[in-house]
Amino acid sequence: MMNNKSILLSADTLSIDETYKFVLDVTCGGNVLFVGTVRNKNKGKTVTHLDFESYAPMAIKEMEKIADQCFEKFDVKKIAIHHRTGHVGLTDIAVIIAVSSPHRSDAFTACKYCIDSLKETVPIWKKEYLEDGSYWVGARP
Amino acid sequence: MIRIKCFGVAKEIVENELLKLDSNIHSVQDLRTEIIKQYPDFLTIKGFMVAVNQEYATDDYVLEEGDEIAIIPPVSGG
Repeated sequence: MMNNKSILLSADTLSIDETYKFVLDVTCGGNVLFVGTVRNKNKGKTVTHLDFESYAPMAIKEMEKIADQCFEKFDVKKIAIHHRTGHVGLTDIAVIIAVSSPHRSDAFTACKYCIDSLKETVPIWKKEYLEDGSYWVGARP
Repeated sequence: MIRIKCFGVAKEIVENELLKLDSNIHSVQDLRTEIIKQYPDFLTIKGFMVAVNQEYATDDYVLEEGDEIAIIPPVSGG
């Protein structure tokens, strides 16, 4: 079985370089990276940092499923999905998706599919810390 | 005795990482009903999924001894 996916859940700083180097392939001319970072405002409130919690073994499985779905749906060669856990500060990287494909179109589409799916299915939870409190994002209506 | 892992807002509602239920629970639907009965605050969140052995389970799934069970509140990764 070829090692065509790199799935990581990490309490340490994520590396763009590592994901990029992983997906580089001689057959691929289109490489797309999505880098999700922590911004300072949400719904008009000032954000100080985020804290990510995960159900780690299931999160890894779900991320692997998303990558496998991409290999079925799109003409992509390699995929890296790396996600942070724990305390993540402003401008820090929360998630990196890297995808390589022979051509750009499938690389863009697969990358978007990965991040959109991750937000739907992967058991990771974001607690947003504001100046005046904190809450679990998306939990309540 | 059923032991259920809790994460995120579920952990806050239950005030514990592990929820232990003694009652007569067969299916995921029974589990759901019992959780809401004991912790009505679950009605104040957008809903929750149940995972069995690290896979999303449907309400008709019949639980077995030794299953790893978790409450999955709305996810918010990325």
